[in-house]
Amino acid sequence: MKHETLAPPVTPETPHESAEKHVTGRADYTDDLVLPQGALHAYLGLSTITHGRIRSMDLDAVRAAPGVIDVLTAADIPGKNDVSPIGKNDDPILADGKVMFHGQPVFAVIAETREQARRAARLAKIDYEPLPHVLDPVAALEAGGGLAVPGMTLRRGDPQAALPKAPRRIDGRFVIGGQDHFYLETQIALAIPGEDDEVVIFTSTQHPTEVQHMVAHALGVPANAVVVNVRRMGGGFGGKETQMNLFCCVAAVAAKKWHRAVKLRPDRDDDMIATGKRHDFVVDYSIGFDEAGRILAVEGDWYARCGFSADLSMAVTDRALFHADNAYFYPDVEVRSHPLRTNTVSNTAFRGFGGPQGVIVAERIIEEIAYATGQDTLAVRKANLYRNGQLTPYHQPVEDMILPRIFAELEESCDYARRRQAVLDWNARMQAAGGPIRKGIALTPVKFGISFTATHFNQAGALVHIYTDGSIQLNHGGCEMGQGLHTKIAQIVAEAFSVGLDRIKVTKTTTEKVPNTSATAASSGTDLNGMAALDAANQIKRRLVDFLCTAKDATPEEIRFVPDHVVVRDETIPFSKVIEMAYLSRVQLWAAGFYATPKIHWNRAEGRGRPFYYYAYGAACSEVSVDTLTGEYVIERTDVLHDVGRSINPALDKGQVEGAFVQGTGWLTSEELWWDKEGRLRTHAPSTYKIPLASDRPKVFNVKLAEWSENKERTIKRSKAVGEPPFMLGISVFEAIGHAVASVADYRECPRLDAPATPERVLMAVERLRGGPPALRGA
Amino acid sequence: MIRFLLNDTEIRLTEAGPGDTLLDFLRLGRGLIGTKEGCAEGDCGACTVLVGRLHDGAMVYEPVNACIRFLAACHRCHIVTIEHLRGPNGGLHPIQQAMVDHHGSQCGFCTPGFVMALYGLWMTHENPDVVQIETALQGNLCRCTGYEPIVKAALAAGRAGGQLQDFLTLERAEVAAKLFAMPVGAEVSRGDERAILPADTDELARVLVQHPQATIVAGATDVGLWVTKQMRPISPGVFIGHLMKEIEVGADEIRIGAGVTYSEFAPVIDDHFPEVEDYFLRIGGWQIRNAGTIGGNIANGSPIGETPPLLIALGARIVLRRGDKRRELPLEQFFLEYGRQDRRPGEFVETVVIPRKGTAMIAAYKMSKRQSADISAISVGFRIEVEGGTITSARVAFGGMAGIPARARLAEAALAGQPFTAASFEAAARAVKDDFTPLTDFRATADYRHAVAANFFRRFWLENSGTDIPVRLNRAVGE
Repeated sequence: MKHETLAPPVTPETPHESAEKHVTGRADYTDDLVLPQGALHAYLGLSTITHGRIRSMDLDAVRAAPGVIDVLTAADIPGKNDVSPIGKNDDPILADGKVMFHGQPVFAVIAETREQARRAARLAKIDYEPLPHVLDPVAALEAGGGLAVPGMTLRRGDPQAALPKAPRRIDGRFVIGGQDHFYLETQIALAIPGEDDEVVIFTSTQHPTEVQHMVAHALGVPANAVVVNVRRMGGGFGGKETQMNLFCCVAAVAAKKWHRAVKLRPDRDDDMIATGKRHDFVVDYSIGFDEAGRILAVEGDWYARCGFSADLSMAVTDRALFHADNAYFYPDVEVRSHPLRTNTVSNTAFRGFGGPQGVIVAERIIEEIAYATGQDTLAVRKANLYRNGQLTPYHQPVEDMILPRIFAELEESCDYARRRQAVLDWNARMQAAGGPIRKGIALTPVKFGISFTATHFNQAGALVHIYTDGSIQLNHGGCEMGQGLHTKIAQIVAEAFSVGLDRIKVTKTTTEKVPNTSATAASSGTDLNGMAALDAANQIKRRLVDFLCTAKDATPEEIRFVPDHVVVRDETIPFSKVIEMAYLSRVQLWAAGFYATPKIHWNRAEGRGRPFYYYAYGAACSEVSVDTLTGEYVIERTDVLHDVGRSINPALDKGQVEGAFVQGTGWLTSEELWWDKEGRLRTHAPSTYKIPLASDRPKVFNVKLAEWSENKERTIKRSKAVGEPPFMLGISVFEAIGHAVASVADYRECPRLDAPATPERVLMAVERLRGGPPALRGA
Repeated sequence: MIRFLLNDTEIRLTEAGPGDTLLDFLRLGRGLIGTKEGCAEGDCGACTVLVGRLHDGAMVYEPVNACIRFLAACHRCHIVTIEHLRGPNGGLHPIQQAMVDHHGSQCGFCTPGFVMALYGLWMTHENPDVVQIETALQGNLCRCTGYEPIVKAALAAGRAGGQLQDFLTLERAEVAAKLFAMPVGAEVSRGDERAILPADTDELARVLVQHPQATIVAGATDVGLWVTKQMRPISPGVFIGHLMKEIEVGADEIRIGAGVTYSEFAPVIDDHFPEVEDYFLRIGGWQIRNAGTIGGNIANGSPIGETPPLLIALGARIVLRRGDKRRELPLEQFFLEYGRQDRRPGEFVETVVIPRKGTAMIAAYKMSKRQSADISAISVGFRIEVEGGTITSARVAFGGMAGIPARARLAEAALAGQPFTAASFEAAARAVKDDFTPLTDFRATADYRHAVAANFFRRFWLENSGTDIPVRLNRAVGE
């Protein structure tokens, strides 16, 4: 047995635990599970208008269609018809009397096959009384500014007094688009009814506990009757934090009603139409600064398109304000959020969770000042970076600032100064020669606060079993969505026992093993669950040490865990032998671990506290070429230096950084959500909604982790969260495009590109700055 | 009955509808769940499988999207899924091993599709470079990795080689013999729904006369979506993807069978129209180019099809056939108005006739939100002849500017007879504004379409005026 040889210590760059299953197609996703006998399929019927009252529903043709067993409407939900994650009761599973956006689920068809259910769903005749709709934040403001959730204000100092006194002032507006998650695996739920009030759900959610609660509410049963299982997701990115609740509730209601298993998987288009996305914002800002480019005062209003219900919009718009400063000290500041209700799908969590829409405004502020004072944007950035001890707009002191070192190292490794000059020279030559290709370069930072801002979510549990053969089963509250969470947690437990990874099996996440979990979100998966798993492992380890002390008449200092063995003085005992001995001596070989993040607290009403345990940092330098005849661009090169503290698995962390960067670039370039005047989302499939391809990534892509960084706080192995922060490094591309655009007017004017910078927006900005179309030389 | 090979098993189906997809057959019918459904419209590549078919007596394997590949179109093919892949020692295939070694998967859902596309590339390209890899992956979306480790894995597997020992290489002759033994024509039905695969073009002509309302299915890159998205019935479906594959290069013109795919057409482009090679690589992803046909792109009548603007500019004609009667017309006359073409019941596009370019300057450009695998917001084909410094002929046709692909008559008039100078192209750039009244939609606003249409004339001049300043973006590293 391999176990019995001296296993090599766990290598940090160990591949994803499912890598071999991924590449062979043997990794099971929810749609791949073998269905129980007699399983049924559900399909959702979506509203065909944007806002209105349902006068009547004629579902006879649906019921009469081949294979149809049942049609569920709001009236068929035995418990609460609501999936609001904050208990606001504004998020119906199936529309009840009123539809609030185009594509809202109104009814569910249950049939023998998915195709039958899907075909039948198109046969409904619903009579609506249309009501006026508002689609975007500006329209919502004009219509009276109804809020989905209460807004927040962060204030420090007196910006209203400081702004008029500032030597220079700029007011501007920034329109920032949303983003579809485009996880490759769509939403999906499989519900299997059990005896009495029980139901078991297999699904692809980031938040099994919330699904458990929602299903229990929908069925009107206690939480202990509902089990939710997640082996892995085909991508999540925040899009499966709350959005899966509805699908699970429908499947569960149907499964209990018919006592047959029910699977619900929407088509990609329906998934994109009916589920929430990244919030788009319109931001109005006022900045006061001096001639040297130092920020003196900032005021800003963040108007968000929240959609028809609250969902997570409060926390998302809060986080936009928490990151309205990105990495810069604002001496006098007031920022306000306006989470506006619109007749669009309810926007939700998406990697960065509002943070990117704060950070990018801070970077716009830097650009405004740089173009206004004729400086390199990087110089303005450096002049305004936080120094340790300075207070954020929410009165948390910055204590772990490492951006000066990151900037210095990245500037050198990417040869910033020389390349920036080369870009300027190139543009000057092209200006003279009438060449259409312009270049731009930008180096932008991120500082990202780590912790759920709802403090109570910052807790986690884990369950570690050692079986009598010495094999270890590991379970924790986090979900695997590709980020390698299970791999990292297994590494932590393997290292605790000094055993190989082949001894450890991480099982599916299930509410049966670890209860009351938080969403795998806010980049917190490893921070929280890693600590809980380590706590469980350490409890067992202590018992083993106690047992060996007794059995071998040794002291704890004489016991060492070495690769796959335990050394007691001069005796080396295989790990599995130790386990066998401990079992025979009636030692408990399993433990539940727990962790709660220390130090954090937050008072939203006062806008004060320490919402974040620590900050993660990073920076990227991107150079682009832009075709000023069409607005197209390519990323010539990107260099990233990112802070993950002491990395638990540098290969996985690098993968997160690269993937987040490209996803962030997509948000700001080719990914455009486009609603028509009737309120229909028209970019609702990959044929119309364009996420980056392999050929869209930087031609040269150098990604490095700041190996010297170590978390100042006592996190797991002194690592830092990595899921979200590097998403915002994509802003370097956005700003480099702006730099190239600005070249057509000799950098005199801030390009003020709105996001996403589609080729259309780029060309229109070029023509605006140039004052019209280009004229050919010699014409 | 339709017959095909699925991995190492021969499949004989006596019951199937014309709209049955290969993906549903694999997942629901055979439990081969390694092939994933990501979008059901041929855009994400999670369902990529290899389809092997006989071409001039030998096997050709190409990655295609199983989600919009109809089962009937698998007749006489070898379908290879992720489950069939194996290395020389029975373990991981070198592509799979490289993906593991380079951390090429995160959530893993897109991974089988990437492995199959990369396998298709590895089989046909020794040691591919980065641009070749990116081109092969235009039809595969990954939302997790940012692609960097996948490209690295492809480079590593390319360097490692080993194609001669590969299981498909070793099986090739045997597979070819099995497929060769299957009849070319076939028919299959379920209930009232029929799928017909004519044995040759003459039989196709007869079948369409009998069934003038039939849905003609070539590469199914559009008809596939009628089924998977609109759930439209397509019976009787007449499948022609295996027919009309002839390419004849004559002294004055090139005759292309309507069933020639973009990939099969690529060598003709390389040899005779190298100026537009990059334009053709912006059509769909690799899987789409392996399935979609030139004839289908025309007959479908879309105002934003990529080939008509160029073909119209080149002066292409099409041969329409009904029964034994053929008629030939200039391609531009085929498009009558939005959604309506000059194709009579029972008629089909048989041949596309493309005049060789001679001394003319040609170009084709398109604009889309994403450069690759995105339907054009606007596209253009140019054919400009210059003699003694004077433009003697100007043909310029646009897609995306009107309800049909159409020539820019005013802009052409601004060029014809004028000196070949910047001023003439500047005049054409201004004139084209009055040629069209484009729409605003989710792909682009009318203003942008106008601006780009004008700038395409400027780009054409810059590219053909002998300047040494770079005019186009370059994807290759190290310029």
